[in-house]
Amino acid sequence: MSATTPTAAEAELAVQAKQGASRSQGYWAGVWKRLRRDPLTIACALVLLIMLSVIVFAPLFAPHDPYQGSMMRRLRPVGTPNYLLGTDELGRDMLTRLLYGGRLSWFMGITPVVLAFFIGTTLGVLAGFNGGKTNMAIMRTTDIFYAFPSVLLAVAISGALGAGIVNAILALTLVFVPPIIRVAESVTTGVRNLDFVDAARASGASAFTIVRVHVLGNVLGPIFVYATSLISVCMILSSGLSFLGLGTKPPEPEWGLMLNTLRTAIYVQPWVAVLPGICIFVTSICFNLLSDGLRQAMDVKS
Amino acid sequence: MLFYLIRRVLYAIPIALAVGFVCFMLVQIAPGDPINAIVPPDAPGDVVEQVRREYGLDKPLPVQFGLWLLKVVQGDLGRSLATGRSVWSDLSGAVVNTLRLAVVASLIGFVLGCVLGGLAGTFRGSAIDRTAVGIAVAGVSVPHYWLGMVLVVVFSVQLNWLPAMGAGPGGSADWGWDWEHLQHLVLPAITLAVIPMGIVTRTVRGIVAEIMSQEFVTALRGKGLTRGRIFIHVVKNAAPNALAVIGLQLGYLMGGSILVETVFSWPGTGMLLNNAIFQRDLPVLQGTILVLAMFFVTLNLVVDLVQTALDPRIKRA
Repeated sequence: MSATTPTAAEAELAVQAKQGASRSQGYWAGVWKRLRRDPLTIACALVLLIMLSVIVFAPLFAPHDPYQGSMMRRLRPVGTPNYLLGTDELGRDMLTRLLYGGRLSWFMGITPVVLAFFIGTTLGVLAGFNGGKTNMAIMRTTDIFYAFPSVLLAVAISGALGAGIVNAILALTLVFVPPIIRVAESVTTGVRNLDFVDAARASGASAFTIVRVHVLGNVLGPIFVYATSLISVCMILSSGLSFLGLGTKPPEPEWGLMLNTLRTAIYVQPWVAVLPGICIFVTSICFNLLSDGLRQAMDVKS
Repeated sequence: MLFYLIRRVLYAIPIALAVGFVCFMLVQIAPGDPINAIVPPDAPGDVVEQVRREYGLDKPLPVQFGLWLLKVVQGDLGRSLATGRSVWSDLSGAVVNTLRLAVVASLIGFVLGCVLGGLAGTFRGSAIDRTAVGIAVAGVSVPHYWLGMVLVVVFSVQLNWLPAMGAGPGGSADWGWDWEHLQHLVLPAITLAVIPMGIVTRTVRGIVAEIMSQEFVTALRGKGLTRGRIFIHVVKNAAPNALAVIGLQLGYLMGGSILVETVFSWPGTGMLLNNAIFQRDLPVLQGTILVLAMFFVTLNLVVDLVQTALDPRIKRA
């Protein structure tokens, strides 16, 4: 494709030079430089990295079996020897359950956003770049889903489909596609009318090349930053669905579901019962701060 | 202006229709025959067939949607499979309960958010600003159902100050604006208020900081106005946007209170939905979602109109 349009490549080079090489290596070097001077963002990234490696390698760190409980040692308090974070309502080790539980919670918190990122970017760029009737059709459909509060939409769809991980992910993906479409559409519309797109078109570049080279390069950053800010919401929502009994099913360890099954235990071992929530909270706040830091470092206007 | 108003009201109609269609489809995407949403599972076969004809479920989907819509417009949301009562009879009371909770939570969130956001925007970059922003980020990042549990642990289990569940003494459903009832509202309302608090703080901080950096504020200062008088100017400029945000948040809280209602056994739409999901009571699920979504659509419309009326800077055509 690019071989047939050398002029487009030339135009791109010229534009990049004029823009102060905003998308060349200099840009990412600048982003990294700004990130390094932002200790809070670095700290959040580190916490998330540590969490991720600990839950991925859960079998190495977990002292017990996540499913094996004993009625003899139900609801032990935090700090019990051999059971550092106590035991749950079926006598299973809390530390082990929390480590294994992170796997599903992270998976269900990130997968819908990743899926929505791909679907939403495709549709949003399509709507923004084509304009006209395509834009009309895509954006008015998006409006319909904006007419539902997000929690309600997630509960409605997964409630109708029935409990299950796949259904929950499906419902959450549908919740996050419309906002990503809106962001993708608005940044694409902004880029479409810039001079360098006109220059590329005048030099004979096909629509596909323009989108691939000129549009995507400029819109993926802002959409990505926006998508990262959704992970925190998705984490809370997916655990919320499990908390309602709509996501994961017992005996699978998952933070939201663990909160649910331990709900009655708040009168016996309150501090054991609230542990899974602390995990959700820490993960979600770290993703939120990381996203804020990325937004600033990548110089994306909100 | 008038043209905008008419267009905006007219635009709400296709949206409302589409929302109705999505709610209608909820029963269709549910696994199993949609007839199961109308007749109990132990009904004999010929009865099932008769009901299928009566309800028009043997007709093509668009016709079914039309028939369903006709009933909904007349206020008939169908019958609950679990109780046999009409969906609306259970729903009307639950909506009022949820509305009460959501309004109080919105007010708390709005007041706290305005104070925090106003302070943060005025003293940008200061320790106050950083604290307010920190609280705001925590507010939007906290799993509120968990926060509700923590509040119960602290204020109900440990301190024994406030009741942990229900909406009235002895689980009664009647409401009164006295302490007996209000004490049940405190914890759920605070729990539900953290999200709008965080969002309003962020928004108001942004608006106030932007206004404070504008030239007319400098001019006001130059004129020798006191801080108090300048404050009034800032409030006037920030109010339309802040009100719009909290208006929409009320709608989000109405739809999003299901988790908090579950934690506190609050007898609202959330509990209704929760029960409907576990009993596979699809008419109740459908009716509740429809009413909450319609409420949200209407609220969106009202917020838009009020904002246009309040803010002379918005010129919509």
